[in-house]
Amino acid sequence: MTSSAAVVTLDHVSKRYGPAGTPPAVSDLSLTIPAGEIVVLVGPSGCGKTTTMKMINRLIEPTTGRITIDGEDVMRLPAVELRRRIGYVIQQVGLFPHLTVAENVAVVPRLLRWPETRVRDRVEELLDLVRLDPATYRDRYPSALSGGERQRVGVARALAADPPLMLMDEPFGAVDPILRDRLQNEFLRLQAQVRKTIVFVTHDVDEAIKMADRIAILQRGGILAQYDTPDAILAEPASEFVSRFVGADRGLKRLSLGRVRDLALTSPTTARVGEARADVRRRLDEAGAEYALLLDESDKPIGWIERRDLSGDDGVTPDDATPGSPTLQPESTLRDALSAMLGSSVQLGVVVDEAERVLGVVSVDAISEVLRAPAATVR
Amino acid sequence: MTEGEPLFRLDWVLQHLDMLWQRIGEHILVTVIAVAAGFVISFGLALAVRRYPFIYGPILAISGILYAIPSIALFVLFIPITGLSLLTAEIALVSYTLVILVRNMVTGLRGVPPEVIEAARGMGYTDRQRLWRVELPIAMPIIVAGLRIATVTTIGLVTIATLIGMGGLGYLIVNIGVQRRFPTATITGVVIVVLLSTAVDLGLQLLQRRLTPWARAHEA
Ligand SMILES: Nc1ncnc2c1ncn2[C@@H]1O[C@H](COP(=O)(O)OP(=O)(O)OP(=O)(O)O)[C@@H](O)[C@H]1O
Ligand SMILES: [Mg+2]
Repeated sequence: MTSSAAVVTLDHVSKRYGPAGTPPAVSDLSLTIPAGEIVVLVGPSGCGKTTTMKMINRLIEPTTGRITIDGEDVMRLPAVELRRRIGYVIQQVGLFPHLTVAENVAVVPRLLRWPETRVRDRVEELLDLVRLDPATYRDRYPSALSGGERQRVGVARALAADPPLMLMDEPFGAVDPILRDRLQNEFLRLQAQVRKTIVFVTHDVDEAIKMADRIAILQRGGILAQYDTPDAILAEPASEFVSRFVGADRGLKRLSLGRVRDLALTSPTTARVGEARADVRRRLDEAGAEYALLLDESDKPIGWIERRDLSGDDGVTPDDATPGSPTLQPESTLRDALSAMLGSSVQLGVVVDEAERVLGVVSVDAISEVLRAPAATVR
Repeated sequence: MTEGEPLFRLDWVLQHLDMLWQRIGEHILVTVIAVAAGFVISFGLALAVRRYPFIYGPILAISGILYAIPSIALFVLFIPITGLSLLTAEIALVSYTLVILVRNMVTGLRGVPPEVIEAARGMGYTDRQRLWRVELPIAMPIIVAGLRIATVTTIGLVTIATLIGMGGLGYLIVNIGVQRRFPTATITGVVIVVLLSTAVDLGLQLLQRRLTPWARAHEA
């Protein structure tokens, strides 16, 4: 557990709170959580997500089975030492009300007896990382923070001793949807930098799809219903339970995983302002197409010209074109792309780069093709 | 009251300043011993309750009964065993502090939000570190509030301890003032007791503010 990310394995783990014979909260769960990935545990309330997570840092001890971190059996390590090496974010945040923001963040480094100067530097670094200005927030008490600020301090506190593994139980559960979206994005950006192994608990499927490299769907009794990438789960739910849990709109959800850049773009027949109409007609004939995309001098799209409007021999003017195709960026999600295309008169999306130059076009068909494809073509 | 004796004689007070200081000293000493002993015993009991929650009921019941016994009766009860001694007085006084202190300590410790305890465990505090660095600081305002009530109550009760010869300001009020029909002494004694209680109460309140700046953060 010294690398920057740890591998966690759960090997036939069960937890029963009551005496033998009572139904277990977690049943025979086996999972491998790869280093540097975000694994999301998701499932209906009471299905054993929190129980599973807390067995990893021994806040709860398994009834049977084995949990290892980088090959070490967690039950063999002193609990206190183990926990100091695992970042932990709980749903209700649980900041220490009697400590300032800086002191909260410094808790684990101080337990580990880091020298004071190192602790101070680390606190500044972490507050910057979670975008809280140290000068403003360092000396505040938690009661003087907003919900979102508290969540960030909670994340900073968990990251403080640079643990290779983070456990996060509904870390963004207590904030409004807009702020949650922002915190999720910030966290994904952060994770791209720190590359920890993260076990993330939520009961929100959309959050799971957004955050996860892999999703473990649990059903009541802590039974693993499916463990796979978000795309694979949405493409091929392993059971009736999973497909009901991910929702009837799983096709659309799957589209939100894909980006326009993942599609094969087609090159439209193009025309340029000022070009002779006869030339454009000839090119449309060669391509067997009915429409040409009109571009201005700097390759920006103006709109579509239909073949039958191209009689005569003068140059093409911008007035000949019908605007209406949505422009899409390679980063747009397929879901947004489809939505834009369905809402416009021409159901073709024009994909442009940052300078608004045309890269190609995509059709509604190309997007629905993706949904028919098996998993893993997306992402 | 003796015929012709005025209600209050300032000259008497000024002539007896030394004696007054001595009585105040005695009074404070008896109070401090009682509150300190009560605090230590209550702290032990509260820690025991933290570990074994089921003993809280019996502890409250017993200390509640002790509290319900009239103070004079409690003093008298112990005289056959411990005589007219400081020990007798202290046993009674300490008994009275227990119910207040234990209740406040337990309430304070139990008032620590469960998510804070879970966070502390999850961060890797040992049980003892959690108690001293998390639970007690957070419980502090309630514990000090109990201490204030216990101290002020004890200052009042020490006045009665004069009945078993413990001196203090009660000696002034009862032995000199009432028995010798000398109202100046009674008035002086009562005024000093009130001032003393108020001063100690304010002092503890200031101490608590000092110790728990975070508890005011949301008021500010
Ligand atoms: N300390 C406990 N004692 C007894 N039963 C418990 C305890 N903790 C959890 N359980 C039970 O175990 C089951 C799983 O609980 P757990 O907290 O792991 O669910 P969860 O998936 O995290 O649910 P939620 O989404 O509501 O947080 C539930 O049926 C719960 O009632
Ligand atoms: Mg839970």
